[in-house]
Amino acid sequence: MQTTKRMLTGNKAMAEAIAQEMERDPNVFVLGEDVGKYGGIFGATQGLLEKFGDKRVLDTPISETAFIGAAIGAAAEGMRPIVELMFVDFFGVCMDQIYNHMAKIPYMSGGNVKLPMVLMTGVGGGYSDAAQHSQTLYATFAHLPGMKVVAPSTPYDLKGMMASAIRDDNPVVFMFHKTLQGLGWMDQVDESVGEVPEEAYTVPLGKANVVREGTDVTIVGIQMMTHQAVAAAKILENQGISAEVIDIRSLVPLDKETILNSVRKTHRLVVVDEDYKSYGFTSEIAAIAAEEALYELEAPVKRLAIPDVPIPYSRDLEKYVLPNAQKIADAVVKLMKE
Amino acid sequence: MSIPKEKLLWMYETMVKSRYYEEQLVEAYAEGKKPVFNIGAGPVPGEMHLSNGQEPAAVGICAHLTKDDTVASPHRPHHHAIAKGVNLNRMTAEIFGKETGLGKGKGGHMHLFDPEVKFSCGGIVAAGIPQAAGAALAAKQKGTDSVAVAFIGEGAANAGAFHETLNMAALWKLPLIVVVENNSWGISVPKTASTAISSNDKRAAAYENTTGYLVEDNDPIEMYRVSQEAVERARRGEGPSIIEIETFRFLGHFQGDPELYREKDEVPSLLLRDPIERIKNKILSEGAASENEVEQLENKAKNEVDAAFQFARESEYPKPEAALEDVFC
Repeated sequence: MQTTKRMLTGNKAMAEAIAQEMERDPNVFVLGEDVGKYGGIFGATQGLLEKFGDKRVLDTPISETAFIGAAIGAAAEGMRPIVELMFVDFFGVCMDQIYNHMAKIPYMSGGNVKLPMVLMTGVGGGYSDAAQHSQTLYATFAHLPGMKVVAPSTPYDLKGMMASAIRDDNPVVFMFHKTLQGLGWMDQVDESVGEVPEEAYTVPLGKANVVREGTDVTIVGIQMMTHQAVAAAKILENQGISAEVIDIRSLVPLDKETILNSVRKTHRLVVVDEDYKSYGFTSEIAAIAAEEALYELEAPVKRLAIPDVPIPYSRDLEKYVLPNAQKIADAVVKLMKE
Repeated sequence: MSIPKEKLLWMYETMVKSRYYEEQLVEAYAEGKKPVFNIGAGPVPGEMHLSNGQEPAAVGICAHLTKDDTVASPHRPHHHAIAKGVNLNRMTAEIFGKETGLGKGKGGHMHLFDPEVKFSCGGIVAAGIPQAAGAALAAKQKGTDSVAVAFIGEGAANAGAFHETLNMAALWKLPLIVVVENNSWGISVPKTASTAISSNDKRAAAYENTTGYLVEDNDPIEMYRVSQEAVERARRGEGPSIIEIETFRFLGHFQGDPELYREKDEVPSLLLRDPIERIKNKILSEGAASENEVEQLENKAKNEVDAAFQFARESEYPKPEAALEDVFC
């Protein structure tokens, strides 16, 4: 007998998690630019205003310092705000509140002040939005201590990890990839739609996911790059190479063990990122492999990432700097010969 | 104006406590820093911003607050903390970097957090304003009549956070009061060289639902009076207020500031108008308390401060590896 799967887009999965948590806990509320009637520019808050009213879903002025700071102040009072920074690229106008306050107050208070809040933000490129609207900045946030930083890549994880983030007593930076939201006005990506149970559930923060098992090489990806890695693994399979793909899902905390266990099995490591290459996610994973599993490696670690240039506008220029399945597959083939 | 006797005496006692507290800190801070000043040496290392002379701002409004109201303070926080009723032992221990401190030695004098009385402070100019607005928003969400006060220096009124937050607080009629302590100096730059408005209460005109008040000449009684209006407005849900008080910075921006930018006679002339002396004269001339009763208040305040310093000095330093704790809960 066939059962019908319940399919949701990434943004509907997120909005459903938020709605269910708002029903569970009256202290949860949402604020940010265009989170009300518009439902969030990337749809993460759709339907919430209609359901919960404007006391709990607040459209804000274009004043990121004011409303992210207000979320911090409200969280210190025991509320559980979810605040949206529309594009992560806009962090420049409000980073003081994020890293000097949200990330540090719990520590500076010796744990006496908790900030149970979620800063959710849209990341990623691939649709010609150019240098100020296409970054992921994963490493920028993950570098600074005091924030959990997560980046789910499937509708199932977007819902489950959003629920976990809201229930977490620490500040959580929740990065969602714009192209994985299932927006009608972007390229339709298959991975932006997935099976999502209706009932509330949680997916733990800080656990990587082995999305495809393999024996010859480990490819670690994040968000869109996980999906590109899976596509690369399919290309490689036809060439007789068995690639294991890990979706990191959470930058902080980082699930080192899942990566190291895989490296101990495959003895080869490729890391793929949609952030800048230097001082980034790929460097961090490579360093961990070198520190903790160097003698397991049969070849040097290979990194694919944005080659330290701002994200360009013109389609072919952007394609040139973004890693994709073919580039990953080519890198693996080369690596297998080392 | 008429001010209840117990409030007047509380204000006096609290101002004395704050002043005496900082006088002890001046000495403790200097330990280990002579003959050569080294900011990292001695039992109280790091920067030290003292508030001697600015006590009226703190007591005038905190006289109207309860422990359920929130105060966010900047880098010069001791007078506010003392007026808000922060645990003096643990605050002092924090300044000495001890494990019994409010932040177990992780914060220091610019980063004091006492959630028991809803007090916080921070070292980034103007950053406390939106956080206070968030506390005001939380009060509104919870349906209480609590208010939030953000203390700032006059230099912070030129920061984006001030304007962003006042616009939003006015829009949402948040119970927020921004107290601008105009001590005339942003470190070395005089207000006249940094600010294109004669006093920041006038900036209230830029936003609906917002009232501005100006307190001249560091007057604690006038500060008490306008604060009462502002706090009552906030509790009634009528919106935010800006109170600017002309106050005095008796000391440097921080301890060790050579103050070459100040005229030599500025501080001596300010000291002639010491608000503590003025309030004491009022108490005695109006017969609110006798000389003997005033002395008892002073002794009580000083004893509390002495006990706090003793507690801090006798407390243990945190274990070094405790540095790795409290990043996450």
